[in-house]
Amino acid sequence: MIEIKDIYKSFSGNEVLQGISGKFEEGVTNLIIGGSGSGKTTLLKCMVGLHQPDSGSVLYDGRDFTPMTYEQRIEVRKEIGMLFQGSALFDSMTVQDNIMFPLNMFTDQTRSEKIDRVNFCLERVNLAGKNNLFPAELSGGMKKRVGIARAISMNPKYLFCDEPNSGLDPKTSIVIDELIQELTEEYKTTTIVVTHDMNSVMGIGDYILFLHEGKKFWEGSNKEIAHTEIKELNDFVFASRFMKAAKDKF
Amino acid sequence: MNFTNFGRYILLLKSVFRKPEKLKIYLKEIAKQMDYVGVGSLGLIAIISTFIGAVMTLQIAFQLVSDFIPKTIIGSVNRDSSILELSPTISAIVLAGKIGSAISSEIGSMRVTEQIDALEIMGINAPGYLILPKIISGITMVPMLVIISMFLSISGGYIGGSVSGAVTPAEYLQGITTDFNPYTIVVALVKAFVFGFIITSVPAYEGFYVRGGALEVSQASTRAVVISCISILACDYIVTQLLL
Repeated sequence: MIEIKDIYKSFSGNEVLQGISGKFEEGVTNLIIGGSGSGKTTLLKCMVGLHQPDSGSVLYDGRDFTPMTYEQRIEVRKEIGMLFQGSALFDSMTVQDNIMFPLNMFTDQTRSEKIDRVNFCLERVNLAGKNNLFPAELSGGMKKRVGIARAISMNPKYLFCDEPNSGLDPKTSIVIDELIQELTEEYKTTTIVVTHDMNSVMGIGDYILFLHEGKKFWEGSNKEIAHTEIKELNDFVFASRFMKAAKDKF
Repeated sequence: MNFTNFGRYILLLKSVFRKPEKLKIYLKEIAKQMDYVGVGSLGLIAIISTFIGAVMTLQIAFQLVSDFIPKTIIGSVNRDSSILELSPTISAIVLAGKIGSAISSEIGSMRVTEQIDALEIMGINAPGYLILPKIISGITMVPMLVIISMFLSISGGYIGGSVSGAVTPAEYLQGITTDFNPYTIVVALVKAFVFGFIITSVPAYEGFYVRGGALEVSQASTRAVVISCISILACDYIVTQLLL
């Protein structure tokens, strides 16, 4: 479980996060949603330590991450897997080398054991046999899946996904969402997905935290979101005519 | 602003020299970088050094037109100029253009495509993994290139002098073997060591803190070469002042 308490973050006097708190349980898909500039990616970066919050704390199963030393953070980070918005694959390495990279760095497995693990991860994301391709040879959806394979290669306890559907067609987005949900339930990871994709919100949002102008406006599940009367949330979720009509019908 | 940059540069270097996560992987990276910096630059350094040596011989011969000055001096001046100044400094400036821009672009591209963030999230010390092998290859391979450059520059002088007739081979050989002070080699290698550090660490710093996209990466690359060249010349003066 990951808990955030009263996170504040500002850049050059501009307060991007204003006292965000929330609890993200393991084995369920937790979503952080909000419009562009609402602070969701900044919150994610504060949680993984890419930004240092001005105040507040991030607890990984009770361990406060924010005051940790560099060496202490390394130990927590070994339990973290992350899928980046642009996949962030190492472009000079093959798919196999990308997935094997954390194994090379942090395990003493033999080469054949590592290759077995790579093949297992690739099968898990339906990319078996793509070991020797380079990232430039992959489609956007395939890159995301390789990113997920790399993220799960070390059996992470915590899985972070930053805009996993950006730049993907709706069908591929659903494939990625379902994959994230399956992995979360199968490995009981604490999964946090930052998104503004409404299909994801409705499809996999077991717990949703809605940010608006750097503040937490609402939290709940995808079943509850349809009944909310909060204007800012309604304006965000049901922004399109189609979604408005769907809500009225619902 | 420049003090801020210098402070961040020092802090980055502090991170670079943290204990490596896995020595074997770092050694592999160091070998790869040594191949790129050393073997990959050998041809360029060879061509430049040979021609500089040849041109130096012609210019010294042109300027020393006097019956009171023996022609053997051409060899002596060429030798000392090549060893003390031309080989280390010209090689370093050329390498700053070739290697410095490549390092800055590589690391800058990794920054803007979140690859450096990915390394950090994995628990890897990104400055150490990306920059340390480059610095080690710089401080080891640049002195080796400079030694080769010295040899080729002096040889170029011999060829240039012989072909043009500015100095006879015998006079040139007598010149380069007369009053040779081995300490000049030490000074040149100290310079090469310092330049090797600058050529790799300054562009790495510029690339590591890039923000933006392709345009900013290319701007960082240009800045890296300019700052490296100025730093090389400034350090050249300081090392010369301190050691000679």
